[in-house]
Amino acid sequence: MTVFLQSLASGILIGGIYALIGIGMTLIMGVMGIINLAHGQLMMVGMYITYVLFAFLKIDPYISLLVSMPALFLVGVVIQRFLLNPLMKIEAILPENQVLMTVGIGMVLTEIARFIFSSDYKSTTTAFSSQVFFLGTISLNAPMVIAFVIAVALTLILFWFLLKTDLGRSIRATAQDKEAATLMGVNSGRITIITYALGAALVAAAGTVLLPIFYLFPDIGGPFTLKAFVITILGGLGSTVGAIFGGVTLGIAESLGATYFGMQYREMVGFVIFLLVLIFLPGGLKRLTKI
Amino acid sequence: MKRSRVIIAFIALALVLFPLVVKSDYYQHLVILALMWVVIGGSWNLLAGYTGQVSFGHAVFFGTGAYTAGILANKLGISAWWGMAFGGITAALVGLFIGWVCFRLRGPYFALATIAAGEIFRLIATTWESLTEGMVGIMILQTFRSKLPYYYLALLLAAASMFVFDLVMKSKWGFYFISIREDQDAAESLGINTTLYKNVSLLISSFFTGMAGAFYMNYMAFIDPHVVFSLHYISIMAILVGIIGGVATIWGPALGAFIMIGVQETFRSSIFGLAPRWVSQSHALVFGLLVMFVILYMANGVVGDWPKIKRLFLRRP
Amino acid sequence: MIAVSFFEVREISKRFGGLMAVNGVSFQVEPGEIFGLIGPNGSGKTTIFNLINQYYPLTSGDIVFHGKSIKGLKTYQICHLGIGRTFQVVKPLKRMTVLENVMASAFSRVNTFGEARKLAMETLAFCNLLPEQDKAAKSLPIAGRKRLEITRAMATKPELLLLDETAAGLNPGELDEAIDLIKRIRDRGVTIIIVEHIMKVIMSISDRIHAINYGQTITEGKPEDVANNKEVIEAYLGESYA
Repeated sequence: MTVFLQSLASGILIGGIYALIGIGMTLIMGVMGIINLAHGQLMMVGMYITYVLFAFLKIDPYISLLVSMPALFLVGVVIQRFLLNPLMKIEAILPENQVLMTVGIGMVLTEIARFIFSSDYKSTTTAFSSQVFFLGTISLNAPMVIAFVIAVALTLILFWFLLKTDLGRSIRATAQDKEAATLMGVNSGRITIITYALGAALVAAAGTVLLPIFYLFPDIGGPFTLKAFVITILGGLGSTVGAIFGGVTLGIAESLGATYFGMQYREMVGFVIFLLVLIFLPGGLKRLTKI
Repeated sequence: MKRSRVIIAFIALALVLFPLVVKSDYYQHLVILALMWVVIGGSWNLLAGYTGQVSFGHAVFFGTGAYTAGILANKLGISAWWGMAFGGITAALVGLFIGWVCFRLRGPYFALATIAAGEIFRLIATTWESLTEGMVGIMILQTFRSKLPYYYLALLLAAASMFVFDLVMKSKWGFYFISIREDQDAAESLGINTTLYKNVSLLISSFFTGMAGAFYMNYMAFIDPHVVFSLHYISIMAILVGIIGGVATIWGPALGAFIMIGVQETFRSSIFGLAPRWVSQSHALVFGLLVMFVILYMANGVVGDWPKIKRLFLRRP
Repeated sequence: MIAVSFFEVREISKRFGGLMAVNGVSFQVEPGEIFGLIGPNGSGKTTIFNLINQYYPLTSGDIVFHGKSIKGLKTYQICHLGIGRTFQVVKPLKRMTVLENVMASAFSRVNTFGEARKLAMETLAFCNLLPEQDKAAKSLPIAGRKRLEITRAMATKPELLLLDETAAGLNPGELDEAIDLIKRIRDRGVTIIIVEHIMKVIMSISDRIHAINYGQTITEGKPEDVANNKEVIEAYLGESYA
């Protein structure tokens, strides 16, 4: 029982961070109708920024959120403005050229990281790295708890932004009906740029808080891109609330899978869920509720 | 019409005579690989370019074909050449399963599922060591020491695949594939069972890709999960071959295969040894940049954008 | 023995979330007639077409063709049964030529390239679109695209043809041609259900008209009766004109 609760707890903690990763992907999916296959790679860039600040300037990873998020916001602006938006004007036979572009971007980001930092594993430590909380018999690793709290806080801020600000409302309107939103005077070009940048900043935040927990290497992005789209599918394409459920579900499933089937199957769990959702629950968790 | 036939005959003749004239193993090897990519690129193009169902994970079919041949030789002790037939069939079965799951749904599910399938299969091939030898990979004995048999087999496979794709595209199926790409609702209302014909396209595509995989196993005599299920060595390469040459054309992917093998080799050899060694490791970077460049500036490839390219060079000051 | 009706919708309804887009509509169509379906914007006309060709599943009710229910069939099967349709928002297969567009639909009746080409050419000739056969579908002006929609549907050799606003956006000359084409299609023995906004068109060619508003039937009858119906006038012009 303790083992179960222990894996459940760590599943929920990592799930909170997955949710943050998934929300960015979901926003982009909702507004632009594309899967961002550079998502994990953007997170990797955020992690390297955090790592550099730590290794050379001794800045605590949590403080470097203030750098990594704006930096990736800018990267996002550049990508959407100069690489993705121009594709809308190109008459191409292939329907998914924007998605293909994100694949290219992901590869380039990974290789640039490899070029600068080599393929070596990097890690950071914080003041809390080795601290552990106890909750009854369950032990909780401090960096995980902090990461979870930050992820939840950022998610709440995002929801406030989407629900209460004009810009946030425009984003939601565009996600619901692009044509209608454009007719109502929403500048959809600008909205897509902000959305992509926001998605990049959110996933950068996830990367930053994950850095004290995971080893960092250039190829870490790929698996996280895959996780992000499993979350997006699980949540029902384009649903932000769904993404939170999707993230937590994936976190718990991975954690339980690792405990009961063995570590090597951890990555497999996500794909099994993905397949099951496609077969039995197309439309994702959203189908089950009225979210 | 006449002129194109002459050109085709000339190219065919050149390819048949090539290994008899150029005795270098190295160049023969490159053309063998290019011919193999003609098959894969054409298969990808049938599904993505003509039918509009973009696969981001053709490695899953390639790897399935390769492993089928490898496992037949390694576990059952029969010749890996049987894999040429069985590899295509198993890959097609995998394709049918993916199609059955995804084509009932609308949305980007197929693109996602193909990537996921590639990753799942790579993980399976890595972990199921009793069947696949895991990370170590499968090694078999090469049947021939000379490259000639492999060369002509690859040439035959490439020609056969192009012949089949051309035949399909001139038939009812071809019209249906393009209709589905252009407008799925219109296609349905015109009596086209879109789910069925997407699966037909996928079936043909995965079958030929699986055969190419089995050929690779026989020819290279060694495979491991990271190569044959690789996202960028196989899946992205298939996309690049298709796009650079020209999607939705018969000759585009064939041309694309030779271009991409050329590009790949140029960088693998650090631009023929002229550039510093790190260039040879920048293969993935070059592929990534190439993907971005091609989509931005040459979305319809050399064949599709040929008028545009010609104008660029013929423009006088 | 009860005579089997040619085509009939029985109490069909469609709910989108909380909205009843179509609510208990019934009508029968006789073979060989032009049956008009009218109603203000958003009254559910196109939804009825989408229900007939099973693009949307019915919430309730039944649709019967030659005495057999077609409920739950797939859209492509509806076409094979002999019910063709055009789209209000035209859906040309853009990067195919006009001829290829029509051939793609001709393949629903024939199997070889040669037969499909022959059937397509005949249909193009019938619809006066032969001169445009080699143009890319996307290069056609709106009148041409509307005509291509009809040609494509005709190449599937329908017994019943659903025409969705094929006259919208046409100039007077094109309008007359369209009316002429519709009459010639009827003369070939094809039954037509037509949704149309332009009263001149629908009143002049329909044998009978079915009027709906807010997804419900208002009235059905001869064009002149429907045109004088108080509720129809209200629905179109607002109460003050009634």
